[in-house]
Amino acid sequence: MQQYLLRRLLLFFPTLLVASLAIFVIMRILPGDVALSIAGSEDTEEVDIELLNALREQLGLTEPLPVQYGKWMWSMVNGEFGGASLTDREPLSEIVGRRLPVTFQLAAFAIVISGMIGIPLGVVAALRQNRWPDYLIRAATIAGHAVPNFWLALMLLLAMVTLFTWAPPLFYKDVWESPQTFFLKAIWPILLLAWGFSSNVTRVTRSNMLEVLRQDYVRTARSKGLAEQVVIVRHTLRNALIPVITISGLQLAALLSGTVILENIFGIPGLGQGIIDAATTRDYPVIQSLAVLLVFMVLGLNLIVDFVYVFIDPRISYS
Amino acid sequence: MREIGGESGTAQGLQAVLSTRSPVRWASHVGRFALKYPLGAIGGAILLVLVFVAVFASQIAPYDPLFQDTPNRLQGPGIEFWFGTDSLGRDAFSRLVFGSRISLFVGLISVVIGTTTGTFLGVTSAYFGGWFDLQIQRVVDAFMGFPSLVLALVLVMALGGSLTNVTLAIAITLIPRMVRISRSSALSVKSEVYVLSAQALGCSSTRVVLRYIVPNSLAPVFVLATSYLGTAIVAEASLSFLGLGVPAPHPSWGGMLQFGARGYLEVAPWLAIFPGIALSLVVFSFSFLGDALRDALDPRLRSA
Repeated sequence: MQQYLLRRLLLFFPTLLVASLAIFVIMRILPGDVALSIAGSEDTEEVDIELLNALREQLGLTEPLPVQYGKWMWSMVNGEFGGASLTDREPLSEIVGRRLPVTFQLAAFAIVISGMIGIPLGVVAALRQNRWPDYLIRAATIAGHAVPNFWLALMLLLAMVTLFTWAPPLFYKDVWESPQTFFLKAIWPILLLAWGFSSNVTRVTRSNMLEVLRQDYVRTARSKGLAEQVVIVRHTLRNALIPVITISGLQLAALLSGTVILENIFGIPGLGQGIIDAATTRDYPVIQSLAVLLVFMVLGLNLIVDFVYVFIDPRISYS
Repeated sequence: MREIGGESGTAQGLQAVLSTRSPVRWASHVGRFALKYPLGAIGGAILLVLVFVAVFASQIAPYDPLFQDTPNRLQGPGIEFWFGTDSLGRDAFSRLVFGSRISLFVGLISVVIGTTTGTFLGVTSAYFGGWFDLQIQRVVDAFMGFPSLVLALVLVMALGGSLTNVTLAIAITLIPRMVRISRSSALSVKSEVYVLSAQALGCSSTRVVLRYIVPNSLAPVFVLATSYLGTAIVAEASLSFLGLGVPAPHPSWGGMLQFGARGYLEVAPWLAIFPGIALSLVVFSFSFLGDALRDALDPRLRSA
């Protein structure tokens, strides 16, 4: 088991490194001069060459690419997160400190709610297969899967504003600071994220419950007179949950894609919103560091998923 | 062993579908498909309508999608302007009709690029194995760690927003998933007897891969590509909605949502409602069609 966990851990770092390299390469090698666009022009003739050189010097663009990459990576490790914003000089350590917990909280609440709602719904759908609860739940999961979440968000806002003359609080507050403000501001994006995420959870729970319910050992459990609840929870659900966890791990990246766009719509100052803000001003140190942190979050959560396996599935071959 | 048998069955199914060249037999195939998978057929029908609308956009749209009829700005839906007008007085219905072109273009082209590149990498990775395979898989893992919207966003930002760049960026986000599925499919085909015998006969690697492995591992790729058409269209809409997609005057559905919804949600809700319905319908259709194709080509994949 230790070997299995160690292998997972050892895979985590190269993967993160390749991802960060990808971001770095995209930001540097693709066409377009960062210094030029910061100076506000695409044409070298129009810009003062000394200003341009000073800007390049300041950004560290004069150094060889591997050195730039190394410095950036080191700053990600020592907590500087790549220096400061180009637009307002705010240190990235502060930006990250401010934005990372926001996105993390959105994702965490969405995941917890998805588990709490998605798994029981999947079980109910499986136990009532091809009857109205099943149809209802399946319709809801198809909708959660297919309707673009940003459009749902717009429709939700529209309904809120026109029917209930409701408006969210103007400013976001951390959940620890003011739970009430946090939930008033973040409850809808969390629920929308949870709907999308739990759609997969429910779908996979349902199909696996159906499969496991036909297994011989479930029949044995029933025939030896176990209470139905015990058969469902201990013998069926526990076995059906393993693929659910796998699929959930794969869906984490999609969940965080969702946070990007929903943060934008609901005005929540998370990592995604930070990237979009930075994209409009081409604030590339902010973009590359926040993007890598999002990847870090996806990979980190996946690592947790791998660890959870060990507790759920004692059969895991740790080879 | 079950894996292998299933995969080759799938391939035969696909070939059977593809090789029916006579129109009558083809029609009867379609008819049977529609009876067996009504949702998939509905999806297919909606998509045919979409293609029709995109092709004949200039005949269908009552107005020029870019014409600004300022006196008639923010008109509600009615006889003159079916879906109303936006804040610049442009006809929302005409923009929706022309927007279907952008959606379809981005969807089709990005999926074609993503699928061919991904399949090429996946199949070669599976066939050659070893060090090459390991490297490819690490890179794929790294790219799968990106929330795809973030990857597309960063790419579009670096490349600059244009129709081509948006398409390319979305294609790149699809590649890793395509590599995964084509690799696992090719891995199971690789140990089939006919592949081994081709190798024993002295066929070159290129011939073995192109003649035997690729055609026989295409079914799952094909199914995934169908449902990714919807994903790619939503990705384009998301990027345009965030203001980083297809540049402004062009009528993209996501751009319409962004332009109509921001600031005019209360005054002109129709601007946000219709493009969203169109978008949802298209995603529904592709995912229903994809599910039906999957069931038709390989029932074993049903729970996947």
